[in-house]
Amino acid sequence: MNAQTAGAFSATLRRDLLIALRRRGDMLNPITFFLIVAALFPLGIGPIPQNLAMIAPGVVWVVALLASLLSTDMMFRGDYDDGSLEQLVRSPASLYLTALAKVLVHWLVTGLPLSLIAPLVGELLYLPTSAMAALVLSLLPGTLFLSMVGGIGAALTVGLRKGGILLSLLILPLYVPVLVFGTAAVDAAAAELAFHVPMLVLSALAILSTTLAPLAIAASLRIALDH
Amino acid sequence: MICREDNAGDVVLEARSLHCERDERLLFEALDFSLHRGGVLKVEGPNGCGKTTLLRFLAGLSERCDGQLYWQGEPASSRRWEMAYDSLYLGHDAGVKLALTATENLAWCCALWQRPPRMAMDDALAAVGLQGYEDVPAQSLSAGQRRRIALARLYLSAACLWILDEPFTAIDKQGVINLEARILEHAQGGGAVVITTHHALNLETGLRTIRLGQLGTVYA
Repeated sequence: MNAQTAGAFSATLRRDLLIALRRRGDMLNPITFFLIVAALFPLGIGPIPQNLAMIAPGVVWVVALLASLLSTDMMFRGDYDDGSLEQLVRSPASLYLTALAKVLVHWLVTGLPLSLIAPLVGELLYLPTSAMAALVLSLLPGTLFLSMVGGIGAALTVGLRKGGILLSLLILPLYVPVLVFGTAAVDAAAAELAFHVPMLVLSALAILSTTLAPLAIAASLRIALDH
Repeated sequence: MICREDNAGDVVLEARSLHCERDERLLFEALDFSLHRGGVLKVEGPNGCGKTTLLRFLAGLSERCDGQLYWQGEPASSRRWEMAYDSLYLGHDAGVKLALTATENLAWCCALWQRPPRMAMDDALAAVGLQGYEDVPAQSLSAGQRRRIALARLYLSAACLWILDEPFTAIDKQGVINLEARILEHAQGGGAVVITTHHALNLETGLRTIRLGQLGTVYA
């Protein structure tokens, strides 16, 4: 990587983080959604600790997945609407790296905080203490995968006025492996078993998506702009 | 049908037999032009005649035109990076982020190009009449002022080719005069400009016009 592309990568990363900070309301949406929906489960199912503890891994993971999906549509939408996506796509900087920067910012403002506050939700649902570490550790690479794959869907649908439903249809099936291995890791930890196998799969998925998704995103953005 | 300019110079951009069809409607065909250093090419025509489509094609944002495009004598498809590096495109949407200040907006554009700017950012903003607004978020500026943030790139950028799609939108009279002067200065400094506008351009030299329209392409 030469200095040129590195500069464009860090400039895009800083710019998008700055925009996220200036728009705190948008940034807090997924986190609020995560907390509110998770808090509804004890009310709907009843406050019996055994019942809640049994479904807790699945509930936390499903709600985190939906919270991440909620903000995925906005990943490129703002830039598309105001024309800065045109500048990004036609700049000499590598679109692979600038797209990667944009998706990383999405993860930094949704996936990372979701992973960090997940123990709070776990506590609310009587998740055994032994599973808390596994919950955070599985959500960290898991949500990175969600952002990366969600980025492909967001880039494909950014040119459509009402891409929201299509986006969900496109990417929810791709989220399934992460959901399966994520809950498997937390379930194993809750039963005080080793959970390194699902963790390895999750990490592999995160690495694979981080390296390959920007390629697909860059290609999709070019197509989306050619309207 | 190739239009050639009398004063021979380096050809920046050359198009041969461009052809564009959209929604089963022919926008233009057999369009040839060459743009030399110092040249300003104005693309005219009624709404919906394909001006923006042509400019987006020239800017590398669209593949919807057929035909050959040459960048400084070489096929543009093999010179994509050089062309992106040495050209500047301003579209209908200015590419200004409302949450960011004028300086932050420009800094990002400069970082994408990684090219030493022609002047300091504050001077460029002063040149477009935004002195004192450097650190104001764009959302508290007027439509014309937001547009001026994007236009400040015309002072910052060292790019040779400018592709400007309706740059005068929302700009006041004095702003248009300043912008015309800047375009002229750029052309005289060896740059080249492709522009669409419904304004009558007040440039003494180097201006050529392509007129696109339903009845075929006319050269003036």
